[in-house]
Amino acid sequence: MIPPQGRDSLLIVVPAWNEEAAIGTVVRGVREAMPGVPILVIDDCSVDSTRTVAEEAGARVLGLPHHLGLGGCVQAGYKLAYELGYHYVIRVDGDGQHDVRDIVRLYSALRTSGCEMVIGSRFAEGDYANHTSWVRSLGIRFFRLVLRPILGKQVHDPTSGFVGVNRSALEVFSKSFPLEYPEIEALVVLQRKAFRFAEVPCRMHARRTGRSSITALKSIYYILHVLLGVFVNVLRYDARRRRRV
Amino acid sequence: MVPLLNLVSALGLLVIALVLVSIRREHIRVEYSVSWLAGAVALIALSRSPRAVEYVSRKLGIEDPALAILMLVGCLFVLIVFLISISISNLKDDNVALAQRVAILEYHIRSLQNSAAHENEAKSAP
Repeated sequence: MIPPQGRDSLLIVVPAWNEEAAIGTVVRGVREAMPGVPILVIDDCSVDSTRTVAEEAGARVLGLPHHLGLGGCVQAGYKLAYELGYHYVIRVDGDGQHDVRDIVRLYSALRTSGCEMVIGSRFAEGDYANHTSWVRSLGIRFFRLVLRPILGKQVHDPTSGFVGVNRSALEVFSKSFPLEYPEIEALVVLQRKAFRFAEVPCRMHARRTGRSSITALKSIYYILHVLLGVFVNVLRYDARRRRRV
Repeated sequence: MVPLLNLVSALGLLVIALVLVSIRREHIRVEYSVSWLAGAVALIALSRSPRAVEYVSRKLGIEDPALAILMLVGCLFVLIVFLISISISNLKDDNVALAQRVAILEYHIRSLQNSAAHENEAKSAP
């Protein structure tokens, strides 16, 4: 991997679990969109040839010894990026849902907005139709309502995994990152640190292959789990504020 | 109430036997067996002393001593399961951190091996 150079060093991390059918296209797409930028695929102990396909496509691979789930997988990438000294990290999902041509927009926003985190949003321009399934859309609307008073501002696409972070957020996330369904809780973790985030309009596609890990039956568990995680993080935040006062 | 007390005693003995066999076969570590053994001994002691059971049920405000025993057994198991949940959570955190560390170290080793291979190739080139 090219060692980080300068204060604008960027690493693309791609969490992947059994994505042999899509990972090659994703890596080649990133290389085309961001020539020369190193790509790190974090293989969450896939049982297929995700690792080999990713390496053949030109990515470096961080292979986990056993399956950790999305949060543990992404955090491993954040830890390595932080240790290697990268200043910016952009996460792109390995299933091909994120349009890699928008990485440029995220990177630009990261460098110029002064925010610690930038979210690639399906809805940042207010178009709530035709981007996702109605179940997910309902969930997104619900969590937007829940997060609004906690974050103090509107977040249009809280479940987006297309995110970029700077080195300050990288330091926080390499120490503390939600293990399951991390996107929404990560926003609250950042809020506890009084960090800022911005949303950038991005294009997203249907999965190229496979199925989402969040099935209809898991949706209820997802909502309860994330709500509890958000609640616990808010409690920690309040306890810390009270101690300061 | 005597049959119930006998049942509780038998349950306590069964728990002790299971725990001891598990320790012997190394299915359970000694430090995690203490709470089970202590609970089982307490149950046996309570069930062998009717006066103690009546005293406890009076203190708890439960008229039926049998109910008091069942409640104590339930509370004991809930407490033990809760302690185990804490242990599992800690273990999971440690496990995730270890797996990530192993992956990162393996990554560094592979990078070093690749660099060494490139250097050797460069040296051996005419």
